Amino acid sequence: MAEANELVKLTAAQMAEKIRNKEVSSRELVDAELNVIDAAEPDIHAFLHVSADEARAQADAFDKKNAAGETEGLPELAGVPIAIKDMIVTKGIETTAASKILEGWIPPYDATVITKLKAAGMPLLGKTNLDEFAQGSSTEHSAFGPTHNPWDTSRVPGGSGGGSASAVAAFEAPLALGTDTGGSIRQPGSLTGTVGVKPTYGGVSRFGAIAMASSLDQIGPVSRNVLDSALLQEIIGGHDVRDSTSIPMDVPPIVKAAREGYKRDLKGMKVGLVKQLGGDGYQPGVEARFNEAVKLLQDMGAEVVEVDCPHFDYALAAYYIIMPSEVSSNLARYDGMRYGLRVMPPAGVPQTAANMMAYTREAGFGDEVKRRIILGIYALSAGYYDAWYGSAQKVRTLIIDDFNKAFEKADVLVAPTSPTTAFKFGEKMNDPLTMYMSDIATIPANMAGTPAMSIPAGLSDDGLPVGFQFMAPQKHDEQMYKPAAALEAALEEQWGGPVWQSLKTPWLKSAK
Amino acid sequence: MPTFTRDTVEHLGQLAQIALTDEEATRMQGELNVIADSINKVQEVASDDVEPTANPVPLEAYLRPDVPEKPLSREDALAGAPATENGMFVAPRILGGEA
Repeated sequence: MAEANELVKLTAAQMAEKIRNKEVSSRELVDAELNVIDAAEPDIHAFLHVSADEARAQADAFDKKNAAGETEGLPELAGVPIAIKDMIVTKGIETTAASKILEGWIPPYDATVITKLKAAGMPLLGKTNLDEFAQGSSTEHSAFGPTHNPWDTSRVPGGSGGGSASAVAAFEAPLALGTDTGGSIRQPGSLTGTVGVKPTYGGVSRFGAIAMASSLDQIGPVSRNVLDSALLQEIIGGHDVRDSTSIPMDVPPIVKAAREGYKRDLKGMKVGLVKQLGGDGYQPGVEARFNEAVKLLQDMGAEVVEVDCPHFDYALAAYYIIMPSEVSSNLARYDGMRYGLRVMPPAGVPQTAANMMAYTREAGFGDEVKRRIILGIYALSAGYYDAWYGSAQKVRTLIIDDFNKAFEKADVLVAPTSPTTAFKFGEKMNDPLTMYMSDIATIPANMAGTPAMSIPAGLSDDGLPVGFQFMAPQKHDEQMYKPAAALEAALEEQWGGPVWQSLKTPWLKSAK
Repeated sequence: MPTFTRDTVEHLGQLAQIALTDEEATRMQGELNVIADSINKVQEVASDDVEPTANPVPLEAYLRPDVPEKPLSREDALAGAPATENGMFVAPRILGGEA
């Protein structure tokens, strides 16, 4: 049905407006998205689990309340469906973190962000694919098979949140939630032409986000435009007493900033070009789109200054010490005792708890996860603690200092999100270091807890999307939303529409 | 001498409670040494006068309001367990495999 296919191309804010005007029901939107999911999934595999019955029931419940006039005061996106990265726990719906060790696990509680989405009347379409335990930059490390990039299904969607990014890019969902530890919302956003936001660390509750690296993980929005991400972050953000790292403050005025941004007036704003995040190693087409976008920011009145962040050159190395260290600790809970997989030792090996644990973890974890656990245990061992972990924590201090100095000169920092466009499956799988380089421009923001976002900056010479990254000072997420919205509007005028207009969508034709 | 010897990888596998296969240990040793060479560079700038940072957004420790909440029921807490009996988790024996 052509009409339904047009419906799924609306932004979340447009869908919400149609719901308010009673032009469309939440149930119609859910059904339209489920039809697209049915048609797209054989090629895309963005979802690990589609919760069709639950989503329909949630939509019907919302529609009933809406008809009775009981939805006053709900957030603007009330009734709009959403997909959830399978790294976030959902009561009664299988949650696996794309790992065999959690296959079949049904959480007995909701993450705080899920509680908030349900209170906002937003139906949950299902759980999206990811690199196992969010460890990877391509979504090839999922224990249940990779997600494909809707722009070219022979290419990766980026990672670890490739499922959420592809679901939004392929019109299977207008919105999704992701988690970003080293770039896992922004890098797939860049590779799939979607908007991905990592809020300030502690700005969105992590209660119920499966822990990977606790000092770096952050839940954030995935959408097709900047306003939709702002509206979603406003719903999921704010202080949560259940998360001891949650900042006791209200959500910054991000929706107001995004709407202000669409006026395309950036006079008085200083934009800092990060010297260390560009040049060698960046694909020429990525650099070209980036430079054009910077020129557009200038055309709208922004002053562009170069900022020097010398310790960003050490961010990747420090990240690959701190992150696995925290991984090794957080993943110790998968022991075959309380939930998930249990594999008993083979005959001839003592049937003890310790051996059961070792065989369970051998069978349940994939290669990348095992490598990181072992690297982390080593980094935290007595002989290497100071040389590696201690040094990496010092580098983190230096990176925060770099950001602080840069924000004395600029209101917002910019860089390409990813050095390359989407790469082919298998291209970097056997070379961990090359794969790790995919996150070189996104990691500094995680190390420093600053908010950051990626928006589509057009297509490279290879016809694939390029991402443009904004970074703002801690607790001032609004400072990136304004120029991001302005740039989005300017770019869309230049192209005559959003970047996804260039996306070929054969599955939409076959959707019922 | 590489940072990760074969013995080191096997020892770490035991500490991590992961029963690595021979093939895995061999492959992992090579990969970990490449990664180690690359991440060693953190020591170049980590001088004594730099304070380490554990959490990017330092917060005062606070107590949440003392409001009674209903905890997970025993049934819910046990629902995902591989084996239970009489309202308890069943684990294999703890002792006996030290050798």
